[in-house]
Order: sequence, then structure tokens, then C-alpha cells
Amino acid sequence: MMKYSVFSLLKNTLSGHTKWQPAWREPEPRKEYDVIIVGGGGHGLSTAYYLAKEHGITNVAVLEQSWLGSGNIGRNTTIIRSNYMLPGNNPFYEWSMKLWEGLEQDFKFNAMVSQRRVLNLCHTDAQRDAFARRGNAMRIDGVDAELLDAHDVKAMYPFLDFNNARFPIKGGLLQRRGGTVRHDAVAWGYARGADMRGVDIIQNCEVKGIRIENGRVLGVDTSKGFIGCRKLGLATAGNSSETAAMAGLRLPIESHVLQAFVSEGLKPYIDGVVTFGAGHFYVSQSDKGGLVFGGDIDGYNSYARRGNLPMVEHVIEAGVAMIPALARVRVLRSWGGIMDMSMDGSPIIDKTSIEGLYLNAGWCYGGFKATPASGWCFAYTIAKNELHELNAAYRLDRFRRGYMIDEKGQGATPNLH
Amino acid sequence: MRPVEEFTFLGDAKPQRPTSNDPSSMDQWFDYVYLRDNPRGKLDEYAHHSGGCRAWLVVTRDTQTHEVHGAVTARDYARKRGRGGA
Repeated sequence: MMKYSVFSLLKNTLSGHTKWQPAWREPEPRKEYDVIIVGGGGHGLSTAYYLAKEHGITNVAVLEQSWLGSGNIGRNTTIIRSNYMLPGNNPFYEWSMKLWEGLEQDFKFNAMVSQRRVLNLCHTDAQRDAFARRGNAMRIDGVDAELLDAHDVKAMYPFLDFNNARFPIKGGLLQRRGGTVRHDAVAWGYARGADMRGVDIIQNCEVKGIRIENGRVLGVDTSKGFIGCRKLGLATAGNSSETAAMAGLRLPIESHVLQAFVSEGLKPYIDGVVTFGAGHFYVSQSDKGGLVFGGDIDGYNSYARRGNLPMVEHVIEAGVAMIPALARVRVLRSWGGIMDMSMDGSPIIDKTSIEGLYLNAGWCYGGFKATPASGWCFAYTIAKNELHELNAAYRLDRFRRGYMIDEKGQGATPNLH
Repeated sequence: MRPVEEFTFLGDAKPQRPTSNDPSSMDQWFDYVYLRDNPRGKLDEYAHHSGGCRAWLVVTRDTQTHEVHGAVTARDYARKRGRGGA
């Protein structure tokens, strides 16, 4: 396996960069594994990584129907933060933030973790009160949070529209430890780390069925034949309803399309992540200079990885309302990803009614920031057949029992996050 | 043919509201409020012509291609299923 160091860089420079080795193997599947993870995206790969690293379970396969990281891990706006409010939620996201902070040293791969601050703008007194409450809830959980007034925000981002007649900026809630991460490198780093520890990552292997006998998982039928396993973890957000249906489960989830955008490259302009509080818009600037931004889901069920123009217009209107200068910027690309929209806006990391079957789903459009903790908790749940206290609230039966984690306090709809 | 921005979508039209408030119907309520088939392919969904004639429709649309296969009024859809539609 390729080790990366200044020496390997020098050596490979001298050989004209023609002798770098692949970062992971491309094995054929064995007949049987202790654990199979369906889905070679961020959450599936991090689950395999932590199964091997934290629990010593290395007889593991990750099955990916396409190429590694071809789903939402490569289609998001790369934001990390732990600024949630509810008790069942924020300790989990803060654990994710702590894992992000040590991730590159942990898996020895440059994921460009950049804690460049996340600022949520507020535009009314009521919104400021709500932000103060959320900030205090975060601080109770040991998370950094600062409430800024308009003067502080102006010092950071003078180009925002402070005097907008409808949406004057009153201040903001700042998490300095929030930021961005190079999303593809997260998949690659976890894949490499898992592969080094013996995990088989099998690409272009589509799961077509789940075999269950006497309430117990036996394995999966795939495009590469039957593969047996003792435990099966589903990490296929976007398509969770379909994979769960193979095991006869119906989920409290709808699939919706979310669009994201990148502008032409600009000189350094926005050094953190800024979100609009009067509409749905979030923006940061990539290290290549493009403004990376997004807004709300399109609002209809979809499995197409593309959205429609009305939402493009809506997102850009919100952006221009926040930063008038954006009107002069040209959009370079837009794309869509499929979101598992759960009925309370929160995820599911749980066992199921079928022995040996575990479910990781319902990430709405907040899954990227959760990648490390999601894998960490899912690995724990699979290894020990029980929930860790960090994912104890993310049970599948919470909807039936009335223990929703509804950050917006809005009730059962599939358009929360 | 009307532009998509005239419509507001409410999702799958298939779940039927239980008629009983009896605690023994909780499973039906749970199904109705939370569980979805979430199909890849054809879906009958409620669409409100909110930017137009205000009619409630049930549109059959492919969730994979976004192709629209047809539309009926929500009333006709309910009647066809033997429910409501005064």
C-alpha cells in the first residue's frame, strides 16, 4: 500500500509521477463476509473504516453500485458545523466536528479540513432571540457559539446588504470551528484507510436483493452474484427506500432533489461560510476561487440528479438579496443530488426488526457534515448490536413512538433538514 | 401545458386518511402520516395549481425522468378510489 510522505513525494517527482500506486485495491468479492456495507459513499466508507479501526472487524466488504464516491459525497456544498439545538442531535454533530478536527492525522490523507467559520445571519429581533437560544443550547453541549451584532458582521463581511428594506441584517450566530472540507477527499481518505486494514471495496457491484431467512439476514444478491454475510448495513441515502424495500421495510422517507451551484473563479472574497436567514441560501468560496452555493430542495419527489430552473432562479434571488454583488457573477455549473428526506428532518442510525440488518438513512440534506460521526456510530451499532448514546435518539421507531427530533418544530413533512 | 412554477406539490396521493380516531387505528395513522412507498418511476402526486386556477390535481409523473404521464382532478381521483368528492 502506498504511504504518503515528503520522501514518497520526492521519489515520485524524480520518476516523473509515473509510479504512484492506486490508493485502494479492486478485489473480486469473496463468498462471505462478517459485515457487508451497501453503499460506497461517505457514510458507508467511514462505517467500514471505523469497523476496522475501532472494533477490529476487518472481514468487511463495501458494495458500491457505481464508482466509489459517485453519490452525494461528491455532490454537496462541503460545509461542516455543529450548530444544532436539540439534545438528541447536537452532541452527535459535535462528535462529528471533533472527528473532523483529527481526521487528516487519523487517516493520513489530506482532506483540506478548513475551520473557516460558519455564520448564520439573522434579520429580525425574533430570529435573533431564536439564535441566542440555539447558541446557548450549543454552549451547554460544549460547542462554541457567538452571537454577533450587525456591527460585528459588517466588520467580517462588509459587502452584505445591511440596509435591505425587507431583510436588514441584525446580526448573526457564529461558529468559528465550522467550515468546509474537500468532499471527494473524505471518500478517498476513508476508502484508503479501510482498504489498508483489509476491507474489500467492491465497485460496480449493484445489490439487487437481500436474502432473509427466519428473520435473519443471510446475504445479498448482487450483479456479481450472491455474497453471504452475518451482518448487513445499509448506507444508501437518496435510495434508502429502495434498498430497505428489498428487506420488506417501508421507511418514513421521501427522495427529493437538491441543487447546488458553483460560480466562475474569483479572487478571495468570502473567507467563511455565510447563510442567509431570510431565505434559503448558503455560500462559501472554494480554494479554487469558485463560489459554492445552494438553497432549498426543489419540492417534489425525485430520483433524477437534476433540478428545474424555478429553483435555480429562487436560490440566486436569495443570494443576490444577501450579497448584491453576486448579480455580476456568472454561474459555472449546477447539479443535483438525491436526498433522503425524513419526516422530522433528522437521520436514522439503528438496528431493524430483522436480525443482522442495520439501517443508516434519512440524512435530508445535512449528511456531509455528519460523515465521520455517522460512520463511527453505525460501526458501533453494527459491531455491538446496540446503539451508542450519540445515536440513541436516531431510532427508526421514534416516529411511531412520538419521539421526533424536529429542529424546526414543524411537524411531519419531508421538507425539513 | 402550464409552467411548473405555477404548481405546489404535496407528494404521494396514495396514502388514505384513516376515518377512525379509535386508538386501535394508530397503526393506520402511523402509516398515513409517516410511511411512504417513495417509488422510483411513476408516482401519483397531489399538485395544487396555486399560481393559476387553484384546482387540486393528481398528476402522474415519473420521479426518475420528471416526465408527466397525465393528470386528473383530485376529486375525480378520490371518486375513482371510491372516496369523498361531494
